[in-house]
Amino acid sequence: MELHKLTLLEAFQGLRDKKFTSHQLTEACFEQIKKYDDKIKAYLTLNEAEAYTQADAADQKIAKGESLHPLEGIPVAIKDIFCTTNLRTTSASKILENYVPPFDATVVKILREAGAVILGKTNLDEFAMGGSTENSGFWPTSNPWDYSRVPGGSSGGSAAAVAADMGFYSLGTDTGGSIREPASFCGISGLKVSYGRVSRYGVMAMTSSLDTIGPFGKNVADIAMIMEYLAGPDSKDATTPPVVVDNYSEEIKQDIKGLKIGLPKEYFVEGMDEGVRQTVLNAAKKFEELGAEVIDISLPHTDLAVAAYYVICPSEVSSNMARFDGMRYGLSKRDGKDLLDIYLDSRREGFGAEVKRRIMIGTYALSAGYYDAYYKKAMQVRTLVRQDFEEAYKQVDIILTPVAPAPAYKLGEKIGDPLAMYLEDVFTIPASLAGLCGLSIPAGLVSELPVGIQLLGKRFDEKTILRAGHQFQLATDYHLAKPELK
Amino acid sequence: MKLSQEEVEHIAKLARLRVTSEETEKYAGQLSGILEYVEKLAAVDTANIEPTSQVTGLTNVTREDEIIESGISEELVACAPQHQDGYVVIPKIFENK
Repeated sequence: MELHKLTLLEAFQGLRDKKFTSHQLTEACFEQIKKYDDKIKAYLTLNEAEAYTQADAADQKIAKGESLHPLEGIPVAIKDIFCTTNLRTTSASKILENYVPPFDATVVKILREAGAVILGKTNLDEFAMGGSTENSGFWPTSNPWDYSRVPGGSSGGSAAAVAADMGFYSLGTDTGGSIREPASFCGISGLKVSYGRVSRYGVMAMTSSLDTIGPFGKNVADIAMIMEYLAGPDSKDATTPPVVVDNYSEEIKQDIKGLKIGLPKEYFVEGMDEGVRQTVLNAAKKFEELGAEVIDISLPHTDLAVAAYYVICPSEVSSNMARFDGMRYGLSKRDGKDLLDIYLDSRREGFGAEVKRRIMIGTYALSAGYYDAYYKKAMQVRTLVRQDFEEAYKQVDIILTPVAPAPAYKLGEKIGDPLAMYLEDVFTIPASLAGLCGLSIPAGLVSELPVGIQLLGKRFDEKTILRAGHQFQLATDYHLAKPELK
Repeated sequence: MKLSQEEVEHIAKLARLRVTSEETEKYAGQLSGILEYVEKLAAVDTANIEPTSQVTGLTNVTREDEIIESGISEELVACAPQHQDGYVVIPKIFENK
């Protein structure tokens, strides 16, 4: 049996049936990592010793006949933006190259207490700023389907790790598309939760009003199971309202007869890849076969979302990055002549180009005399984008769109042109501004590269998009396609 | 909005970033491109539109004002590049005249 290829639910069942041990599952993942990760480079830091300790603890409980947490003994990869006690956490930034946090992010604490096996920390665009993982301060990650292409980003390492069976599931973050786009590029499932559904405590802030935490999985049923444990209010994150957490694994079993799915005309634009367009339309047909009703809708302010995002995001970035001053943690260059030199030299050496660009755009947008023209205007446009969705959801239950205008592009192709990179997020950003949830699932191959579809749900209605995604996967086998690793 | 190299230098100074003159030139082009793109917001009529700063609908989330020990004060201070006796060491800010 090729243990690394199992899904989370298969691993869950097999542990209980004593078909294999957690130690064997962990070993299978590390063997896969040793075989392929020198080419894919999904991981920044491995946690081998602790992982085996965690696995052996789970195996001992099984041997004694004790009951297990559903996530217990199952190996997971974690994006290196989540703080992990005694495990280096860099955010893929040189400024935190040697940072070892003394505390766990709330979701990491949940996983540790569940007895999960933490394999290691995965690569990302520095502080989650980017869409290709090329902005990592350490190295770019390759797409497991074609090593010359990007895995998407910013959670590219977490997506590539699951796509290459170097972990059963993983954690990522999504601010403007950072889970949905890499899930699409790597041919796996990924969920961006509604803003506030999962605690952000202990996850380094990029755009505080938009940042969300979510899982990548090999299928939607796995994601539904994980979400039951990740979701919910946290006293350490004041933006998590006490909204009831659904029993996602049960909810997804219902069929989708009569479900109303909106197809927004603004998401089928001039210049998008013909294969991608066809993939989404084929998926719509499949949903109709499953009993859903597909309805044409309009989200008229879609075209403004990217512009609003690239004011709001850098503005919040410029504020969030101010904490890196070389005083309390991280890189500190102290050979200059005064305090100002410490700031300037530490930040110069510690931050990469994209981080500096966003800090400068944000500083400019928030500087005296420009606030109304940029930040306030962008927040008003954010209202218009949000209202578009509110109107649409009076008519439909979920919205179906492409994830990205084209499949994964080549490493280096867009790195010199930040604006071209930003426009890759055109289909994922609007839902982020509205705080909605979005699920990205594989829906076919175009030129031998995976292409995903995006299902957008109302705030806190994760259960409906997960249900539609799961029913789609029961009726199709796109999610079973795996890259041929070399 | 076209940014001059002087403006980029000024923004970098405000943002506590040190940039070389070559970088200033590169950033002037890239930042101008981004700002030109976001200019499209200016054409939108937002006269009576409330800004959305967050979407939770929550306001003034509070808790009882009681002390909860983190239990990791020493470890947190130990993260600082320089620390002594449980304090973070920073360079002096004021000079004796």
